[in-house]
Amino acid sequence: MSNRVIKILVPVISIFLGLLVGAIVMIFSGYDPIAGYIALWNGIFGDVYAIGETIRQISPYILAGLAVAFAFRTGLFNIGVEGQLMVGWFAAAYVGMAFELPKAIHLPFALIAAAVAGALWGLIPGILKATLRVHEVIVTIMMNYVALHTVNALIKAVSDGGYKTEKVKPTASLRSDFLSQLTDYSTLHYGILVALAMVVVMWFILEKTKTGFELKAVGFNDQASQYAGMNVNRNIVLSMVISGAFAGLGGAMEALGTFGNMSSRGGFTGIGFDGIAVALLGANSPLGVIFGASLFGSLKYGANNMPNAAGIPLEIVSIVIALIIFFVASGYIIRVLLTRFNKKKEAK
Amino acid sequence: MIIKKQSEEVSRVEYVIEMLNIRKEFGNFIANNNITLQLKKGEIHVLLGENGAGKSTLMNVLFGLYQPEGGEIRVRGKKVDITDPNVANDLGIGMVHQHFMLIENLTVTENIILGNEPKKMGMINIKDAAKKVAEISKLYGLDVDPYAKIEDISVGMQQRVEILKTLYRGADILIFDEPTASLTPQEIDELITIMKKLIGEGKSIILITHKLQEIMDVSDRVTIIRKGEGIGTVITKDTNPEELATLMVGRQVTFKTEKKPAQPTEPVLQIENLVVEDYRGIEKVKRLNLSVRRGEIVGIAGIDGNGQSELIEAITGLRKVKSGKILLNSKDITGKRPREITESGVGHIPQDRHKHGLVLDFSVGYNAALQSYYRKPFSHNGIMNYKVVSEKATDIIEAYDVRTQGEFELARALSGGNQQKLIIGREVERNPDLLIAALPTRGLDVGAIEFIHSRLIEQRDKGKAVLLISFELDEVMNVSDQIAVIYDGEIVDTVNPLETTEQELGLLMAGHTKAEIAAQATELKAEDGRDVK
Repeated sequence: MSNRVIKILVPVISIFLGLLVGAIVMIFSGYDPIAGYIALWNGIFGDVYAIGETIRQISPYILAGLAVAFAFRTGLFNIGVEGQLMVGWFAAAYVGMAFELPKAIHLPFALIAAAVAGALWGLIPGILKATLRVHEVIVTIMMNYVALHTVNALIKAVSDGGYKTEKVKPTASLRSDFLSQLTDYSTLHYGILVALAMVVVMWFILEKTKTGFELKAVGFNDQASQYAGMNVNRNIVLSMVISGAFAGLGGAMEALGTFGNMSSRGGFTGIGFDGIAVALLGANSPLGVIFGASLFGSLKYGANNMPNAAGIPLEIVSIVIALIIFFVASGYIIRVLLTRFNKKKEAK
Repeated sequence: MIIKKQSEEVSRVEYVIEMLNIRKEFGNFIANNNITLQLKKGEIHVLLGENGAGKSTLMNVLFGLYQPEGGEIRVRGKKVDITDPNVANDLGIGMVHQHFMLIENLTVTENIILGNEPKKMGMINIKDAAKKVAEISKLYGLDVDPYAKIEDISVGMQQRVEILKTLYRGADILIFDEPTASLTPQEIDELITIMKKLIGEGKSIILITHKLQEIMDVSDRVTIIRKGEGIGTVITKDTNPEELATLMVGRQVTFKTEKKPAQPTEPVLQIENLVVEDYRGIEKVKRLNLSVRRGEIVGIAGIDGNGQSELIEAITGLRKVKSGKILLNSKDITGKRPREITESGVGHIPQDRHKHGLVLDFSVGYNAALQSYYRKPFSHNGIMNYKVVSEKATDIIEAYDVRTQGEFELARALSGGNQQKLIIGREVERNPDLLIAALPTRGLDVGAIEFIHSRLIEQRDKGKAVLLISFELDEVMNVSDQIAVIYDGEIVDTVNPLETTEQELGLLMAGHTKAEIAAQATELKAEDGRDVK
């Protein structure tokens, strides 16, 4: 077995093992795993409508994943993607409904508002880390709660005591009749293009720019970077700001595309937290994030079909999905086993 | 098995380990090419080679961490296939690593049995294990407390725990990987005694080192490898350090650094009444005055912790200056940011190359650009030009003899000497007026030390100022044109290396004044005089 074969086999075996253990869980709970998986498959790829919805689901995951991965690459652990995403969501929804502008200005304005809101939410932990060495994990977690309740209060304020904002104007919407018709009237919108563009942006920043060189150097070894004359604190703040901007755009996907508004929330969206797993699954590389987000997005969306089509309760479905992701994340174990198996065969 | 085969293996019996024509490749890079090493029972056999010559690779092959592409390994005359470290363990081969593999908050015994815990009714039987550890410790005079926590014992003791670990697992062939690198002189003596005791009890030892005096003191035979090639094996008592150095490096090595007398001109660095505090707010540099001129190397001699680090950090802008002035080419650089200072003409070879000199997870090429990436032609309008980065890196690799598989290799993978050459190349290529070299040869072999010293002298001869900070007296005496002795944050005296002695320097470094030393000397003379009467 060559290294390349192993590289391909690892994710395949991981997914297979995840499905297998998921099946065991379903059997023990008295449900038919085959029917369950057929429902999952159909939920993801069953028809063009499902495919459209799956892609739509992937977009915010890509952006949340990019946000986490970007911070990671520069040595920071941004747990605050969730909060940054929520403030981005609100900012986009507000700009989308409150202004009257031509589309060419309105839509970019709303997107930028979301990015700026997320960036500001990342700026605070960045500054605290850079100046006072307060650990970014603590601050970002707390900022998530601040975001949740602040956003809820703001929604109330802009909707005269209501629980959701008005729909955004068509001039700020990411909705696309073309994409929608193409996918049998799914809610697929142009957000996926924004997400993919940001993948390129992250790659470009890290691999092509001077700033990226500095950010990576600081991430690997801040002391050597300081010795080389880099401004470590500036880089920490910058990294959190860029990370937050990606997260904010993730919120814009929901505000301008999927929902068209923002409703007050009882709890977190979960997308930001899943972004951590997405980034790790994708080894914190821009391309890897697409892979991780695709896995997350499709499982999350496809799983919705399991209760309807196979009668499996949502709780069991959640366990099965978690198991699949767990096994993919443990790809390392499978790689070790494969290598050992390989060695034994060679020895014979 | 061994007994049966003995008749046909008669000639091989005297060797416990034979590595015959070992070849190991990493991609296109040949780390070991036809290297042969034969270890006799009961000998201390040195494996000698420069940093990056392939010593560690060869030992990792023996220990089962790498599989060789060619050659064979025989243990006690029998051909073996060491597929992983467990096989090596079973064959009685144990390795004492250079960087200890111990868990700090566990006890000695817990560390020793780790991975191989003796059990009694499902519970770990620490008591019996500790007893066995104590027995082995006594047998070889190791004097280790089985219940001591690793974090509480000295580095020398920790190394003994590593030795115990191999003995506990029944090793009778021990590999020591640069065991003296982190020990004090006294600990080194004790280690040598222990090694001799091990031999007395029938063990055999392979010792990896590049310290020539050590080799002369302890070993029976020496196998030399150079750039991955086996050069041969010599008997220690028939050789001398000079010959060994020549064999290792491949050319005559000068222990005394050759240089013309210095011709200093105007001052480059002037420090006036400098006061610097450490992170706790304690003054570490106290009204220090120092001047370094063009065309001279000023060596700062002193015991670690007398303000050297704070002084360098203040000059390079990494630490705040409390009061005083630092002038570079008569321009005030006090309190400027590190980048402004490097740009006004300061090169810095930091004390800790891993922590401060390199980004280990960056490639060699990126590291070569670490001080210039932001300037044209390396980058333009914020966009990097990685083609230029790699061209310049290739130049540095060639000009400074950095042995690497290429500019894409991670800096982490380079040996210490080559990492240091890379840093020196990077700093010198920027053509600074002042080059600060802090412990530039720490942990390096003679070949690399010679190379680095000659580069420092070359800078001097080009009319640059060099500030050398070192804890090694012979380095300071060999390389510098002026020695400034630092004690408790002050330059207590400046001496000419040609007119001083190690003794005098040693006393100055310990805080004695020249007057005191002179008084002591006359007192001694006076006593001598009385004796004569």
